[in-house]
Amino acid sequence: MTLAERELSGIGVGRGLVVGDVRRMPDPLPEPAEVLSSLTPDAELVKAKEALAETSADLRDRGARAGGLAQEVLDALALMADDPMLLSDVTVRIGKGATAERAVFDAFASFASILEAAGGYMAERAGDLADVANRVIARILGVPAPGVPQSTTPYVLVARDLAPADTALLDYDIVQALVTTEGGPTSHTAILAREKGLPAIVGAKEAAGLVDGDVILVDAADGEIIVHPSEERIKNAMLEDSERRLSRSQSSGPGKLSDGHAVALLANVGSPASAGDANLANAEGVGLFRTEFLFLDSEAAPTIDAQQAEYVSVFEQFSGQKVVVRVLDAGADKPLPFLSDGNEENPALGLRGIRALFAHEDILRDQLTAIYRASLAAHADVWVMAPMISTVDETVKFVTMCHEIGLANAGVMVETPSSALLARHIFAEADFVSIGTNDLTQYTVAADRLLGTVAELQDPWNPAVLRLIQEVGSAGAAAGKPVGVCGEAAADPLLAVVLVGLGATSLSMSPIALADVREKLSRFTLSEARKLAEIAVSASNAVDAQRDVSSALNE
Amino acid sequence: MTSRTATIASAHGLHARPAALFVQAVNDSGLTVTIEKDGREAPAGSILGVISLAINQGDTVTVTADGANAEEVLERLVTFLEKDHDAQ
Repeated sequence: MTLAERELSGIGVGRGLVVGDVRRMPDPLPEPAEVLSSLTPDAELVKAKEALAETSADLRDRGARAGGLAQEVLDALALMADDPMLLSDVTVRIGKGATAERAVFDAFASFASILEAAGGYMAERAGDLADVANRVIARILGVPAPGVPQSTTPYVLVARDLAPADTALLDYDIVQALVTTEGGPTSHTAILAREKGLPAIVGAKEAAGLVDGDVILVDAADGEIIVHPSEERIKNAMLEDSERRLSRSQSSGPGKLSDGHAVALLANVGSPASAGDANLANAEGVGLFRTEFLFLDSEAAPTIDAQQAEYVSVFEQFSGQKVVVRVLDAGADKPLPFLSDGNEENPALGLRGIRALFAHEDILRDQLTAIYRASLAAHADVWVMAPMISTVDETVKFVTMCHEIGLANAGVMVETPSSALLARHIFAEADFVSIGTNDLTQYTVAADRLLGTVAELQDPWNPAVLRLIQEVGSAGAAAGKPVGVCGEAAADPLLAVVLVGLGATSLSMSPIALADVREKLSRFTLSEARKLAEIAVSASNAVDAQRDVSSALNE
Repeated sequence: MTSRTATIASAHGLHARPAALFVQAVNDSGLTVTIEKDGREAPAGSILGVISLAINQGDTVTVTADGANAEEVLERLVTFLEKDHDAQ
């Protein structure tokens, strides 16, 4: 039987092409209703006990198959399902008339709140409890357990969106591609997929209709999903994909346009471990070294010495090359207990980035001191920049502090419309500027970049965003200072050409995207890039901007 | 009733992995063991009980058990608690 081909669209992440079977990730379970049970307490208790025992056995079984560290983690989860204190709590709740599912939900929640109150490592275990609770409740209700489906054969994962806990357990040998119905190009899922080189299509609303076992072709480069693709379609797509791979593998060396105009191609790096990866992809240095990893697991900022050692381990891998370090960017989606107040109504508009650091100046000074000392110990060309600058005064304060400490190259990130519009004044103070397109887009269109319902607005092709970038580009050229771009926009090859046309002098991205961007840039002269940029900023919306630029190429 | 005290050696205290190993050792012993820190007590066979005591490196805890081989079991548990299981 041949099924009719169907086309779905979404936002493609990465360049890969994959044909595979669909496995859906079950939607999260709703909270069980708080109603009195219609069964006897004994009958409810039997249901609860069976589900707890089955869950524990299932977790141990999976642990035994996985082995190693995963086994220890899964065994610890099994112990939680087996826990005698939990069972007595469940028994008491059922005795008062609760259903098995509600009793399990409440009992786990009450332990979770104890752990959350304890903070730190303990609070992290609260998430494990919620995971075990969901597995037990799913068994009681007879529905599939939430979470990434377990399989020994490769599949394409289709989900509403993935939580960080889900992605941590992804097996990249089994999951061939990701399709999500929610989320935008800068969602957690998209960033992860880009980093791992996993083809993904996000925000594909119509994919909600896909069911387990559907064969689909995922073409990330075109943001296209073909359901039930024909043999011929698969053959042609594979051919096109291998041609793309070939041209990519032939690109190497420093980034430059066809007329020789140099555009440094740098890597975004989030930890010393990922710095090794950046080297492989032939980066000319690091355009964004995120330092949050040093602070995320701690209840207090690490000492100068501890930070220095971590910085040195990254700098050493880029001897003789540029490394742009961004000081701690806390707040909004990355809250830190010692810096952020978790009770802000609008964290994206709150005490985040440089604002949080100025409120805790000792932490900022320690970090700058550690970076400075590390720069003396290693041979990288170390630059430093501040996130979320919205005024010229903040620029002066940050740059002055860096220079006093001994860091000669101090710049700021342009992520707010206010700093883009005042770029001329900012360049008078800063040694360089780096544009963070993700936040700049979020603040320009006033749409939360983490919210699926407004994901469509999060498009860096928006001409309003491009005009702000143009403002920064011309101010940088007038000042004769570097203009970097380090958001996800730089990883989109066609948009990268437009960014260079708008005045970007370097582009920094996930290492995996470097080859495609390098290859694309090498096809245009600077004056062609400027013409394309002019076309993009003249459009009335993001879709037109991208379409007009694409069609100008085909003329 | 036999009791022993121990000082926790694991860098991250008795959370996650060391806690799970400890609870498994208790359950394997077949005895009912309790663990106490700062006057708060929990069944040592309950991982939730153990981790909700928030036991950190350097804390002193008391383990108590009853039974024929209580001495020997507690000796093993104390040795376990006084080893740094995060240092590998």
